[in-house]
Amino acid sequence: MTGILSLITYSPLIGVAAILLLQALRPADDPKTINAVKWITLVTTLATLALSVLLVAQYDPANPGFQFVEDHAWFAGLHYRMGVDGISILFVLLTAFLLPICIAASWNTIEKRVPAYMVCFLVLETLVIGVFCALDLVLFYLFFEFGLVPMFLIIGIWGGKRRVYAAYKFFLYTLLGSVLMLAAILFMIGSSGTSSIPELMTYSFAPEVQTWLWLAFFASFAVKMPMWPVHTWLPDAHVEAPTAGSVILAGILLKMGGYGFLRFSLPMFPQASDYFAPLVFALSVIAIVYTSLVAFRQTDIKKLIAYSSVAHMGFVTMGIFAGNALGVQGAIFQMLSHGVISGALFLCVGVVYDRMHTREIAFYGGLVNRMPWYAATFMLFTMGNVGLPGTSGFVGEITTMVGVYEISTWTAVVAATGVIFSAVYALSLYRRVIFGEITNPALADITDLDWREVAIFAPLIAMTLYLGVYPAAVFDLTQASVDNLAAVYRAAIGG
Amino acid sequence: MILSNDLALAVPELILAISALGLLVVGAFAPRQTGALALAAMGALALAAWAAAVGPIGRGFSGGMISDQASAFAKVAIYIASAVAIPLGQKWFERKAIRNFEFPILILLAALGMGMMASAGDLISLYIGVELHSLALYVLAAMHREDAKASEAGLKYFVLGALSSGLLLYGSSLIYGFAGSTKFDDIAVAVQAGAGTGVLFGLVFLICGLAFKVSAAPFHMWTPDVYEGAPTPVVAFFAGAPKLAAMVLLARVLSEGFAGAADQWRQVLVLIALLSIFVGAFVGLAQTNLKRLWAYSSIANIGYAVLGLAAGNAEGMQAMLVFMVLYMVDVTGFFACLTALSREGRPMETIDDMAGLFKERPAIALAMSVFSLSALGLPPFSGFWAKFYVFKAAINVGDPMIQIAAVLGLVGSVVAAFYYLRLIKVMWFDPAPSGTDAIPGEAKAVAIGAALFSFPVVLGALVFLDPLAKAAAAAFGLAS
Repeated sequence: MTGILSLITYSPLIGVAAILLLQALRPADDPKTINAVKWITLVTTLATLALSVLLVAQYDPANPGFQFVEDHAWFAGLHYRMGVDGISILFVLLTAFLLPICIAASWNTIEKRVPAYMVCFLVLETLVIGVFCALDLVLFYLFFEFGLVPMFLIIGIWGGKRRVYAAYKFFLYTLLGSVLMLAAILFMIGSSGTSSIPELMTYSFAPEVQTWLWLAFFASFAVKMPMWPVHTWLPDAHVEAPTAGSVILAGILLKMGGYGFLRFSLPMFPQASDYFAPLVFALSVIAIVYTSLVAFRQTDIKKLIAYSSVAHMGFVTMGIFAGNALGVQGAIFQMLSHGVISGALFLCVGVVYDRMHTREIAFYGGLVNRMPWYAATFMLFTMGNVGLPGTSGFVGEITTMVGVYEISTWTAVVAATGVIFSAVYALSLYRRVIFGEITNPALADITDLDWREVAIFAPLIAMTLYLGVYPAAVFDLTQASVDNLAAVYRAAIGG
Repeated sequence: MILSNDLALAVPELILAISALGLLVVGAFAPRQTGALALAAMGALALAAWAAAVGPIGRGFSGGMISDQASAFAKVAIYIASAVAIPLGQKWFERKAIRNFEFPILILLAALGMGMMASAGDLISLYIGVELHSLALYVLAAMHREDAKASEAGLKYFVLGALSSGLLLYGSSLIYGFAGSTKFDDIAVAVQAGAGTGVLFGLVFLICGLAFKVSAAPFHMWTPDVYEGAPTPVVAFFAGAPKLAAMVLLARVLSEGFAGAADQWRQVLVLIALLSIFVGAFVGLAQTNLKRLWAYSSIANIGYAVLGLAAGNAEGMQAMLVFMVLYMVDVTGFFACLTALSREGRPMETIDDMAGLFKERPAIALAMSVFSLSALGLPPFSGFWAKFYVFKAAINVGDPMIQIAAVLGLVGSVVAAFYYLRLIKVMWFDPAPSGTDAIPGEAKAVAIGAALFSFPVVLGALVFLDPLAKAAAAAFGLAS
């Protein structure tokens, strides 16, 4: 099965080639061509999903190391090195799972420059899967950094009113973080003599060096995550991005930060991670409590969900830096679950935005009277967001909190209050948008979900419930790798 | 006494000199045959590049000329860039109805001078090389005679260039006076024995003079004006190859003549590098004319290359060589794009002119986006790999001064990111006024070719470029 990772990574580019070919051969503005472009994109993303499912089926969960490894020497000591372990494989699957949904969600809502839009999404898929598969520092950086460009274009071309501002902010914020990471990467290559991620995991840097390297990586991943107080780009980017852009951003791009912490910070700089863990805990609980309160005060539905994302990512960082198997397992699960649920919530906003072209909470109210199916769907994901038992959100939060409780009781206790706050803002949003009588005459003939939207939500609903009642599906895959990671980490810090 | 093995080392120079003089005579009798002259000049450059690549290695003319892996590497790159510049400029001048047959000949003379700079082994050949290529460039800058701006650019370039030559000469005379020789080898011996104030003074003047030539801050003032005024295809030429030649020359002087004073010149270079990076980044923010903007971008980029030199080891030299070659391709491609674009006969030079270009000229807009992202240093474009080498060398040098400078340099690249993004934003997001003229074929070919090199060809090309640059850097004889 060697080569399957490259195949999965680059298969979206086959779609890109097909689209470009079609554009060259046929009149570009013809509705038939546009339609064909959409179908090509959908089929490509579905094929990638099928390959990813095949990958997971072939994966050996008992082996904690990297599998399906490809390794070709490149230049200047660099290698083209790919591989997945229990930590990364699920992110590959999540990406491949969300992409067809994004394409389907953009089917009728994107009207201008459709081919360019589809190309952006396909390129983005390649880059994100590449990030999760890369086993060479520079290769990782390549995928990680170039992902900014398609996202910059998606926000900047197809976004809302202040899209240019949001696109700049997104780009420059994340760029500043990642150039510091680049400095650290170059230093690591120079001093260890290798750019291989598996080899660097066993290389021990001097503790004082670790501190600097950790901070440099933290600068990049904390912005990406995003952690309080460097989260301010996220609400802007979310509000201005088109619906599918928000889904990708919340569902996958934020996870690259958490993945980075797991792949680099914890195994490569264990002493520094241990040293800075209290800082991360503090920032995480501030994120959980503070951004939950901020979310409560929002008047824009999308902004509210964006802030709730920051709060939920607080659980992730907290779980990761607990550094025990339970905390890390919980963090990974929380990332997957949040990927599905927040993606679904942004799609829920998209449904009403497509009909009414506003995201003001005050504009809505009483939607349950006209849109019962929509109300039920929105209800499920709101509950998932709150962390109701039976949904995947519950499993992630409880596991991280139990993991953190072992390390820092107070952190877990304060974080637990965040669960209550999330119920406050999420339920009040739901009440204001869905319940009550219809008072706004503009809503009088709003229509319920159509078959396309049902088809989009069905897999998300299934995934939320499935992971909620049978989390072992995830834990079985991640167990071996996470146990190994936590054991090495614990041994390194002597605890 | 000049022996045949001295001449064997100088085969590329001989080819260029003889063909330049020969073509001048031909041109005087058949001034209408510009196409044939251009082809012949390109052939001479290709031949010279081949001769430089396979030629013998050694020192000749009593140490005045060095032919080694470094000079061969630089010469091949310079000659290829010069050959590309010929059709680009020739066609442009023809479209402007300026039928000067001298254009390819001047490029040949400039290439000859640049090759001599790459091979210079003492202060005399250094000066001759610098002057020969500079004089050709002054003429090229002012060749569009009816255009007041071009004449102004040529004059400005000449006056400031003469000033820098003065600095260069004064520094050389000081070094000669205090070290007792013009040969780099003898100077190295004298410096090893203890570099006196006089020699260091001379060295600083020498560095300043060459910093003028590569347009590093604080000697960058001429760059935006000259870039703006000179004909765009000429800028495409002199923004690339001459800077590579001057950087190689600087590396040669510092490593072969002044290796013993490395601690002193590294401080100077770090200062120049940081100033260039930040002047380029911040002043570039205020520019609206793309040629001026790219002038500031080139100032910042030279700062990165100088940072590689400041690392002061073989890795840094390799970084500088890779950086300059990759940068040369990018900058040539970018100015080829500008050469290609005009609206109703008026060249499109401001950022606002580019509004909605993606809709109207997708290929050129895509190429310009590639060059912008590459200049920004975003992977996987060639500009990233250029910076990758430089910062890898600088960060691992084990000297806090250079390491801090490297991190500051990276932060400077984020500042510059803003103006590169603005160009992309204007081309992709803004509504388009239509009416661009047809794109000339040769400019489009150069632009697309350079863009394809920037990505994805560079990913394969580096596999070959890396060992070549490594061997070239080793020839400078610094420790790794």
